[in-house]
Amino acid sequence: MTVVVDTDIAVRAEGLRKRYGDVTALAGVDLGIRHGEVFAMLGPNGAGKTTTVEILEGYRHRDGGTVAVLGEDPQRAGRAWRARIGIVPQQAFPAEAAELTVREMVRHFAAFYPRPRDPGEVIELVGLTGKGQSRIHQLSGGQVRRLDVALGIIGGPELLFLDEPTTGFDPEARRNFWELIRALRAAGTTILLTTHYLDEAEALADRVAVISGGRIVETGTPASLGGRATATATVGFTDGDGPRRVQTDSPTRVVRELAERFGGEVPGLTVSRPTLEDVYLELIGGQG
Amino acid sequence: MTARPAATTGARADAGAGLPGVWRVGLARAGVELRAFFREKQAVVFVFSLPAVLLVLLGSIFRSQATGHGFSVGELFAAGLIGGGIMSTSFQYLGISIATERELGLLKRLRGTPMPGAAYFVGKAGLVLISTVAETVILIVVGMLVDHLRLPASAARWWTFGWVFVLGTIACTLLGIAASSVPRSARSATAVITLPFVVLQFISGVYVPFTLVPPWLRDIGSIFPLKWICQGLRSVFLPAQAAALEPAGTWEHGRIALVLIAWIAVGVVLCLTTFRWQRGSER
Repeated sequence: MTVVVDTDIAVRAEGLRKRYGDVTALAGVDLGIRHGEVFAMLGPNGAGKTTTVEILEGYRHRDGGTVAVLGEDPQRAGRAWRARIGIVPQQAFPAEAAELTVREMVRHFAAFYPRPRDPGEVIELVGLTGKGQSRIHQLSGGQVRRLDVALGIIGGPELLFLDEPTTGFDPEARRNFWELIRALRAAGTTILLTTHYLDEAEALADRVAVISGGRIVETGTPASLGGRATATATVGFTDGDGPRRVQTDSPTRVVRELAERFGGEVPGLTVSRPTLEDVYLELIGGQG
Repeated sequence: MTARPAATTGARADAGAGLPGVWRVGLARAGVELRAFFREKQAVVFVFSLPAVLLVLLGSIFRSQATGHGFSVGELFAAGLIGGGIMSTSFQYLGISIATERELGLLKRLRGTPMPGAAYFVGKAGLVLISTVAETVILIVVGMLVDHLRLPASAARWWTFGWVFVLGTIACTLLGIAASSVPRSARSATAVITLPFVVLQFISGVYVPFTLVPPWLRDIGSIFPLKWICQGLRSVFLPAQAAALEPAGTWEHGRIALVLIAWIAVGVVLCLTTFRWQRGSER
């Protein structure tokens, strides 16, 4: 028997449903993630992000729907499948239970995989160079999170799950983390990222899905989500009366007219579409 | 069957090849477990040193009290505390540590890797084996120094010591793994596991000579493995005539083996039916 499989797709979920007692966590989630892309899932707490991710990771059992992650059903997949995925869970590594050093733990996790990456290289990649000999309980919160990433990628995964990886990071640490994600993507890793930070999704994701009330309410590129690319633009500039704002569907024409009027540079010129945040809040607000 | 073009997925299709085996990963787990155990002060002090400290105390207090049967009360305590030590490094340690690891999400994290589930138990078994042997050696040495404990003098006694140690350790290990599912949180684990363990030590002949325990408590103690481990150890370390002090009047080796094997069977069933890699609320 031959089944036609879309080899372009790393993760496919259709009609995912999950209930906890009387509470419906997922009311029919559909997802498709392509090989090699960074796919971000946005949504408020309780929207179903972690439930979805944990079903895809094989941690939770779905009540309904079909799932294929790297061609297998996570609920039944075995060790060979686990060797191809990497997980950075939402819960940071429990430092209170960690008497081992960073290097010991990373080397230990490497021993689980058939073709692990070099532990020293991975420690360097996540920015823990110089911390290899430190006990894990001596690390700061951000450093522990980087260890989480090291443990997630030590097996050289084709698909990496990142569940709110940068919560609690300072801005510089987040920028460094973003560079790490870009490097992984450039190396061909498919990444499913959940985050609360819209700028993070905008900076990293090829595509974004907004989940609310247990459903995906919108999927698109960060630039086009919710009709952003074609939404009414706002042109801002400053003239003799002070700051001015013009709403328009044809911002290029407005800017050209302004350029002619000012005879060159337009003071204080800005052209903006609704931000990802504007679109996001509208999308999740619509679900009440 | 699933057909995939070899060009894009050929390398992935054989990802299963070369997965490290259970024993190799299990030994790696044991190494990590041992390192963590001996670096963790609470484990070393609470689980490992407490029986030795109690042995020094009880032995010093009762060392000179003769029983009139050719051995001292100190030797009696030494034999009992070796039994308590076996249960401490197996049952008590595993019950607390696995409950804590589950609560903190460590088990879940391991489950998210290709680590074979069995390797986790190989690692715990390796830790228990080494720490229990070390604990027993320490208690025997302390017993010899403080209580004039005598090493088994015959091959038959060493054989008895061997099988009592092995069966007792296996039974307590399995029960410790099963008991780890009882505490609802890491914080309560120490109390939930330790309280019944301490009670059991009082009614099984560890802290109090078994003959001094009221019969109804003896009956309760006789249900659990610790009483039988201690009885076996008395037969190893006390003179032959001490058997007359046992409730049955003999060492009952056959019954000891039977009870311990029965508990191993119960332990296996409990472990297989109750063990969870995630907290109870997560499924």
